[in-house]
Amino acid sequence: MATSGTTLPNAGPVTGSRSFLSRLRDGDEIARLITMVFAATVVLITLLLVYELWTNSALARAKFGLHFFVTQVWDPVIDQYGALPFMYGTLVTSAVALFIAVPLGIGAAIFLAELAPPRISDTLQFFIDLLAAVPSVIYGLLGVFIVVPLMRTVIFPGLNKPLGFLPFFKGPSYGVGFLTAGIVLAIMVIPYIISVSREVLLSVPRDQREAALALGSTRWESTWNVVVPFAKTGILGSIFLALARALGETMAVTMVIGNVPTISASLFSPGDSIASVIANQFTEATGDLYLQSLVALGLVLFLMTFILNGLARLLIVVTTQRGSGVPT
Amino acid sequence: MQASSKPGLSVNIVTNTGSVIHGEAAALAMRMTISKVNFYYGSKQILFDINLGIADKRVTALIGPSGCGKSTLLRALNRMHETVHTSRLEGEIHLDGQNILAQDVTTLRRRVGMVFQRPNPFPKSIFDNVAYGLRINGIKGSTSEMVEKSLRRAALWEEVKDHLHKSAYELSGGQQQRLCIARALAVEPEVLLLDEPCSALDPISTAKIEELLVELKNLTTIAIVTHNMQQAARVSDFTAFVLTGQMIEFSATPQLFTTPSDPRTEAYITGRFG
Amino acid sequence: MSARVKWRRFVSNFMLTLTGLCALVCVSVLFLILGYLVFNGGTSINWAFFTQLPKPVGEAGGGMANAIVGSAKLLLAASLFGVPIGFLGGIYLAEFSGGAVASVVRYAADLLNGVPSIVIGIFAYSMVVLPFRHFSTFAGAFALGLMMIPITLRSTEEFLNGVPRYLREGAMALGASKWKTIASVVVPAAYRGILTAILLALARVAGETAPLLFTAFGNRYWSQGWGQPTASLPVMIFTYAVSPYEDWHRQAWAAGLVLLGLILIINILARTILSRGIAVPRS
Repeated sequence: MATSGTTLPNAGPVTGSRSFLSRLRDGDEIARLITMVFAATVVLITLLLVYELWTNSALARAKFGLHFFVTQVWDPVIDQYGALPFMYGTLVTSAVALFIAVPLGIGAAIFLAELAPPRISDTLQFFIDLLAAVPSVIYGLLGVFIVVPLMRTVIFPGLNKPLGFLPFFKGPSYGVGFLTAGIVLAIMVIPYIISVSREVLLSVPRDQREAALALGSTRWESTWNVVVPFAKTGILGSIFLALARALGETMAVTMVIGNVPTISASLFSPGDSIASVIANQFTEATGDLYLQSLVALGLVLFLMTFILNGLARLLIVVTTQRGSGVPT
Repeated sequence: MQASSKPGLSVNIVTNTGSVIHGEAAALAMRMTISKVNFYYGSKQILFDINLGIADKRVTALIGPSGCGKSTLLRALNRMHETVHTSRLEGEIHLDGQNILAQDVTTLRRRVGMVFQRPNPFPKSIFDNVAYGLRINGIKGSTSEMVEKSLRRAALWEEVKDHLHKSAYELSGGQQQRLCIARALAVEPEVLLLDEPCSALDPISTAKIEELLVELKNLTTIAIVTHNMQQAARVSDFTAFVLTGQMIEFSATPQLFTTPSDPRTEAYITGRFG
Repeated sequence: MSARVKWRRFVSNFMLTLTGLCALVCVSVLFLILGYLVFNGGTSINWAFFTQLPKPVGEAGGGMANAIVGSAKLLLAASLFGVPIGFLGGIYLAEFSGGAVASVVRYAADLLNGVPSIVIGIFAYSMVVLPFRHFSTFAGAFALGLMMIPITLRSTEEFLNGVPRYLREGAMALGASKWKTIASVVVPAAYRGILTAILLALARVAGETAPLLFTAFGNRYWSQGWGQPTASLPVMIFTYAVSPYEDWHRQAWAAGLVLLGLILIINILARTILSRGIAVPRS
């Protein structure tokens, strides 16, 4: 035993890995297999979701093809279905929402990330997080009973009188409509814009700020000319995320949009959106083509949010990685 | 190859050209022997043809500048290196004559315990920390007796006996490290590996742990990695000097520090590099 | 001080004040919502709301006892379905997998997370309602559970990854096998974070309405067992709010208050659990 390498018994193969059997005995292999099954379920469910949407909309896709996207008629009586008014409604309400939410949200995020002392910033962020937790049906409830009357009494007269010559602000107003839905959506997506933008702004390296300040910039100049441009891809990501949320939002929109499939330049006009029409008509859809057209709308919605979410994630990852100095 | 020996002193194992153990060391039983070990992380070779013996009921210290591979060598002794997927080990390591690489790794790690650089108690109570190894290894007997015995051996009992069910995180850093030693001792390992156990501690805590090590060698076999040469000199019986992955010199501690046989060892212990 | 510097300083202060105003507006919305809801809900809520069934259409009075129980049943069943998949899948991602499989699972989870809730409803309809030929508590729970999976999965993974390496090594060096290390050290060290995530997921689906419209549907009576359609608070709020009856509006406010109160309490609870710190000091 004294001299190594000569008298020592050679016990078995010299390998770093243990045999499958011995790992099985310890339960490692069993644990790995069990958890893997559960992880695989997630993939399976996702694939199934896409598959179901695809096959259950086969009839509609075969019948209408790409005309589905350019047809304005949605009439169960003559079994004719087109997605155009709903896509229009979804896009217009989301655009209105972003128009309001983006400046407000980014402004607030700048305040939270750059100006507010950490304690205050964290406290406010806590409230913002709670705001994000409010369910959409509650926003809808408030929309119905606060925003709709407000629209009739304050916002419509306020916009229609001075700006009524523009097609967007032509009357009449019913209280419900694109603008109402857009406002409610804006309130809903602001927390998302703030949270992500704040995170991205906070990840901008200190030296960027300090370099700008050391050159004699004011606090705002260093923020606006240096920090925000540095974070702009991530902020754009937060906007995409908010847009994806707005497009897919159902309840709040359904409750205040009016549920009339219309294409009108006036924001005061009632309309309908993809998610709303599904929510309203799915349970009463009689006939396969009717139901399958609704599923086809669901497929369209899925694809829109899928693309936007993908882009959003990409943008956010790119910025936060650059910010944290990880070589890419 | 410099196997020069002086009478009365244990003598060198010399690397790279085959191992020689003679003199006093040869008379000692070796608990572990490491032969011709090469170690790689991915394609990078960390250890080159290492030979070493860990003498029974003695303290063996591994010293060398940081990054020399001494921690890697220690971690190979209970196969902790396998937690890194790209690692690869060639050669043989024997514990009581059995190749550890062919054994069941969990059994091996029960027999060869380890204490890490920074204290790593579990987020559990003091008692549960010490009892952890007993429970997972299904060791029978009175747990509380064994916990007390381990805590006494780790010289921590008097300080914690009244609040065994407090969280381990309420202890000071030095106490946490002694708790980790107690946790390792509870399963009665044949060999205890310590990877720079004092590097995160203050001088007073360090002194306590050094005292403890000297007492513990009656109970178990100890291998300790340290970057602190004074510590090696104070606590160990044998010292191995590792440089850039090679075993430069392995001698009885007094000899290595007074009459090193390799100029590189001399350079290191006199502070010319590292 | 030159005029230019003065001007720049003015712009700076003005814009910074403006950002502060933005933040103020956004946060005050929360208090506006809360205030309005507490006022309207508070004046509408009464004992009958919690104990009675809905009255027939147009008749005043009655409550939402069946919807409260319905929501509880839906959430219970959704958790039983969604949490194990998310939790165990998360363990797989953090502890056992590397490379391609993990990124596929992660990608699927992120995708699922982004699916609009109404589309989840369609999916649950075609998976559960169609084969059984009627709306059921079970179908609603399936839809809600699906929405819990990605949140639970990703946060389990994240919190397990946050457990320091040295804790794992401590357990393994004592001879613990990998799954014993995970079960006895890693998961306990991360449980606060994981619990927080599960609570947040629960709070999120508690308010979901769209996926229930054509799965759990609704029910004006007690729902028998799990295979029958059931009322739920969110769907009741929706139906009552868009109805033409004054008394239903009153009850919608009451339900809104109860629902939001529940969700905010879960949220605050979850965040306090987390802020009391991860069980392990961060390295």
